[in-house]
Amino acid sequence: MRSVARVALSDVVRMASVGLRTRRLRAALSALGIAIGVAAIVAVLGLSSSSQAGLLAEIDRLGTNLLTVTNGQTLFGDTAELPTTAPGMIARIGPVTEVQETGSTSASAYRSPLIPSVNTNGLSVQAASLELPSTVGCAVAQGRFLNAATSRLPVAVLGAAAAERMGIDRIYEGERIWVGGHWFYLAGILTPAVLAPEIDSSVLVGFPAAEKYLGFDGHPTTVYVRAATSQVAAVQSVLAATANPEAPNEVDVSQPSAALTARAEAESALNGLFLGLGAVSLLVGAVGVANIMLISVLERRSEIGLRRSLGATRAHIRLQFLAEAVLLAVLGGAVGVAAGVVATVIYASNRGWAVSVPLLAWAGGLGAAIVIGAGAGLLPAIRAARLSPTEALRTV
Amino acid sequence: MSAVLELDRVTKRYGEPPVWALRGVSFSIQPGESAAIMGPSGSGKSTLLHVLGTLERPTDGRVSITGIDVAELPDRELAALRATTIGFVFQQFFLAEHASIQENVADGLLYAGVRVAERRERARDALSRVGLGDRLDARPPQLSGGERQRVAIARALVGRPSIMLADEPTGNLDSATGGQILALLDELHADGATILVITHEHEIAERFPRQITVRDGRVVSDA
Repeated sequence: MRSVARVALSDVVRMASVGLRTRRLRAALSALGIAIGVAAIVAVLGLSSSSQAGLLAEIDRLGTNLLTVTNGQTLFGDTAELPTTAPGMIARIGPVTEVQETGSTSASAYRSPLIPSVNTNGLSVQAASLELPSTVGCAVAQGRFLNAATSRLPVAVLGAAAAERMGIDRIYEGERIWVGGHWFYLAGILTPAVLAPEIDSSVLVGFPAAEKYLGFDGHPTTVYVRAATSQVAAVQSVLAATANPEAPNEVDVSQPSAALTARAEAESALNGLFLGLGAVSLLVGAVGVANIMLISVLERRSEIGLRRSLGATRAHIRLQFLAEAVLLAVLGGAVGVAAGVVATVIYASNRGWAVSVPLLAWAGGLGAAIVIGAGAGLLPAIRAARLSPTEALRTV
Repeated sequence: MSAVLELDRVTKRYGEPPVWALRGVSFSIQPGESAAIMGPSGSGKSTLLHVLGTLERPTDGRVSITGIDVAELPDRELAALRATTIGFVFQQFFLAEHASIQENVADGLLYAGVRVAERRERARDALSRVGLGDRLDARPPQLSGGERQRVAIARALVGRPSIMLADEPTGNLDSATGGQILALLDELHADGATILVITHEHEIAERFPRQITVRDGRVVSDA
């Protein structure tokens, strides 16, 4: 008995590429659907992974040793007060290195007295201690922060969001805003405080100034505490009792970096949406490949007939068309991975994040392309193989 | 010496209601023979070619090629038999236009399990035999019709088949070019090839030492 010759892999690849090389535009268009799907998936996974890496790096840079103490609620549901002595007491805890505080006032801030009083822009006016920016991990973008002198005078510093909402992007001499019925001179604008976003939307004034001009009662509402990194948990456990020994249950203690880390690691619902869109695009691409392969089988009947007369078995023909569909899909997939990675690199470097494209994204994208190519090519390949040689040779 | 090709009361029926394309055809071809099968269109000669070339199985009767009964072979072994034993030449050439003629001819060995270097080597030899040894890198669209049919003949020969089946090899060519192709077939026959040509033209059939005439699915003369 004579044995059926095996066709070498290199020959299979060469035959598979013939259809693509001779019909380039058609091949490119049908691979495009798969490319778009894979690109969407790779970009979504790459961007979310890069943004997560970026946020974690940012948290790392800002330090995980910041704790905040805020006034909670009394047993009856009223807003509790922190004692004015709380910052001083907290500073006496051994591992605590920095303590800064803010206190909410009831005043509102406006660009000028002509603005209706309901247009508060969601800004709050807070009394702030003098080393606040370095403790919460932000810097002064323009001008300078409050000092011992300006904290007694009608002088304000704007958080990053507050400056944006008021439409102020630079500081000039004599610039004033209308705070609680008084003109306050602007001293500076802060950069965003990732660990303490409540400061971003605040207009900050000195404690003495707040008491003098805004009717502030002097009670801090938030105390920012930096502790030795190894002792953060220990400090956290004693903070409430130290801040308000009479009613520790009326004090809220939190670690902002922990909440941010948890948020960074949670996948956003939007990711799911875009991954779904990518999958739909892949499916549409698969239908396109299947369609184009079916047409190709019809057009290449004489080639199929010739190959059968040269000794190709049905399996040889099936393999040839299957390989062509897989090659088409893999080309689309490779372009898609490249496009997804480029999109991730561009976006991540714009944001200053470290680029991170997880293995799952690009290997999964290519794998999906191969599976889709094989699936889409199956029916056309079976059709091609079923064609009887004489029918295939009958020229149309 | 046993026959290369032997048909014994071969019939072929198509469709429903049945149409008989072949109604009991018997003849045999000896090694080194050169013959023409002649018949008008509709006489069943295309079906005969397909049955001879194992592209189609007969409804009844026996077809043996190099002594092997075709009916006993499964499809994949028939394909292997075609790859090693039979060379086809078609009226429409069926050449791949994007590939060089050397690649086209080398593809004649693709399914015979020959390695790529040897395929190219043998393709070059086959092309020199048909007088195109100096144009290995040409592509079919750069060639005349006669030259293209020479390439197709080289592709049929490259596997050193026991028999070459040519279906109207001059059907798409003018008579002068057709004459050159027939002269080439004569030469190949003189070198020992077994050739069976199918044609509907008397003048062509007359150039062959043996002519089998088919009409209405039967052999009406064999001389």
